[in-house]
Amino acid sequence: MGKFLLRRTFGAIVVMWAVATLVFFMLRAVPGDPMLAMVFDTGDPAAAEEMRRDFGLDQPVYIQYVKYFVQVTRGNLGTSIYGSRVPVSRIVAEAFPRTMSLALLSFVLALIIAVPAGLISALKKHSAIDHGVTIVAFIGLSMPDFWLAILLIIAFAAQLHWLPAVGYVPLAQGLWPWFSHLILPTIAIGTPFAAIIARMIRSSMLEVLKADFMRVSRSKGLLEKRLLVVHAFPNALIPVVTVMGIALALLMAGTVVVENVFAIKGLGRVLIQGILNRDYPVVQGAILVVSAIFIFSNLLVDALYTVIDPRIRYD
Amino acid sequence: MAQASESKMVVPVALDAARRRRRWARHMIRDKKALIGLIVLSALILGGLFAPLVAPYDPNIMDFDMIAAPSWSHPLGTDDLGRDLLSRLIHGAQVSLFVGISTVAIALVAGVGLGIAAGYFGGWIDTIIMRYIDLQWAFPNFIIAVYLVAVFGTGLSNVIVAISLAFVDDFARIARGMVLSIREEQYIAAARTLGASDFRIMWRHILPNTMAPLIVQATFSVSYAILAEAGLSFLGLGVQASTPTWGLILAESRSFISRAWWLGVYPGLFIMVTVLSINFLGDALRDLLDVKEVQDHP
Repeated sequence: MGKFLLRRTFGAIVVMWAVATLVFFMLRAVPGDPMLAMVFDTGDPAAAEEMRRDFGLDQPVYIQYVKYFVQVTRGNLGTSIYGSRVPVSRIVAEAFPRTMSLALLSFVLALIIAVPAGLISALKKHSAIDHGVTIVAFIGLSMPDFWLAILLIIAFAAQLHWLPAVGYVPLAQGLWPWFSHLILPTIAIGTPFAAIIARMIRSSMLEVLKADFMRVSRSKGLLEKRLLVVHAFPNALIPVVTVMGIALALLMAGTVVVENVFAIKGLGRVLIQGILNRDYPVVQGAILVVSAIFIFSNLLVDALYTVIDPRIRYD
Repeated sequence: MAQASESKMVVPVALDAARRRRRWARHMIRDKKALIGLIVLSALILGGLFAPLVAPYDPNIMDFDMIAAPSWSHPLGTDDLGRDLLSRLIHGAQVSLFVGISTVAIALVAGVGLGIAAGYFGGWIDTIIMRYIDLQWAFPNFIIAVYLVAVFGTGLSNVIVAISLAFVDDFARIARGMVLSIREEQYIAAARTLGASDFRIMWRHILPNTMAPLIVQATFSVSYAILAEAGLSFLGLGVQASTPTWGLILAESRSFISRAWWLGVYPGLFIMVTVLSINFLGDALRDLLDVKEVQDHP
């Protein structure tokens, strides 16, 4: 298993390299080179020349590529070219905890809703509860998260004034101020995610309930409760964990959009603002970090998979 | 017994097709979700196609009746410029459905081409194609679309290219998987022995057998593409301002939602109902075609 994880980690690094390379070349291959356009916007040829030198754009592409890689591996993501020249690594470092707080809270919320909903719906197949869960899950899947976010703001911020509509407060300023700003975005991201997980749990639980070992256990006279908790549920988790990689990715995608609704300056907002401002070093940095989160969480899911299913052997 | 199986064999093709159509129709009507989806979707497509006739007002005409609550003259109210919300949403259906269907059509053709080529030829062609597809597979389609818009820039045509490319991997993987399971069948070997070209084998013998999962995937993909377009427009990465699209109307409403709830509620409702009805259809098609390769989430 150690070998397997080592190989997967190496694979993840290769993917990271591929993403970084693709991002580097694509941003430079676009017709009309946005980076140069940005530089020449100043209108002053001398200043433009200086900026080109500052950003190393006067050098051949392969040298730029090597330099870029050396810098990235040292954690230097360049400086923002929009407004004040803030280092991109600092922007990203400030955004990272916000995105992670949101993602983790949404993940927990989704599991709290999805696990019982999925299980009940599978155990009481075709009952009124099952149909209810299915319909709600369908709606959750079809509801744009940014719209849900707006509905929540209308209801709980604009009408009831219970919770703040936008913004983020660091955890250092107190638990409640931090949490209260995250409640609405968490619901907006967590709900569609819960719908997906609930449906996965329902279908994999139904598969397991049909399995031979369940019939054997039942005929041995095991108590139904023990049967479900000890035999069915852990086995139903295996396919759920497998697709959890995809699901976590969706959660992150939700975060990117919803951060923009609530004006939380997380990675998603940094990325989108960077695109809108044509601030390419920021776009590049944000893409790298967001991609790293995806790749790392997929790796984590793979590792979890080996723990949860001892039947799987890797060599 | 022998007679029965014989009579099954001589059933004329036309009758068989008619019987299949009837079975489809029965299934669609019995499955209430599918029926609802079909009705809502037809209404939306017709409304979008004939938007200038159906919509009560010109979507861009301004009025002094600004931010007016829903009433008889403006069933869904008006926005900050006094434009009729219902008319804008009906015109928005055009853009959403066009983007949804065109991007999936492009992604389907490109993805199936890549997937069949990878599966059929194998070797280094397979390796190169699948390395890229796997790389893209590691990320959600929406994020890929955002990355691509970051590279190409905003605007309707760039959004269509970005969403199409973002969905290619789904189709490529399904097509390749199907090809790998079909490739060793005897009828492929037979066709090859008869001197059929690679292209003919792929076009006439492999493609038709990969149709069922591709149809189901395409149906679900249309709904995700509509969501992706709405999301991109909502973030300001989509079509130009003033084009009435659902995502953009919702984004523009954000400054006014504290005093005009209808501006925040109805555009999203249109998106949700559209996506929901397509997902209902996809679900019914999956049952009907007995497809297990496709999941109902992006």
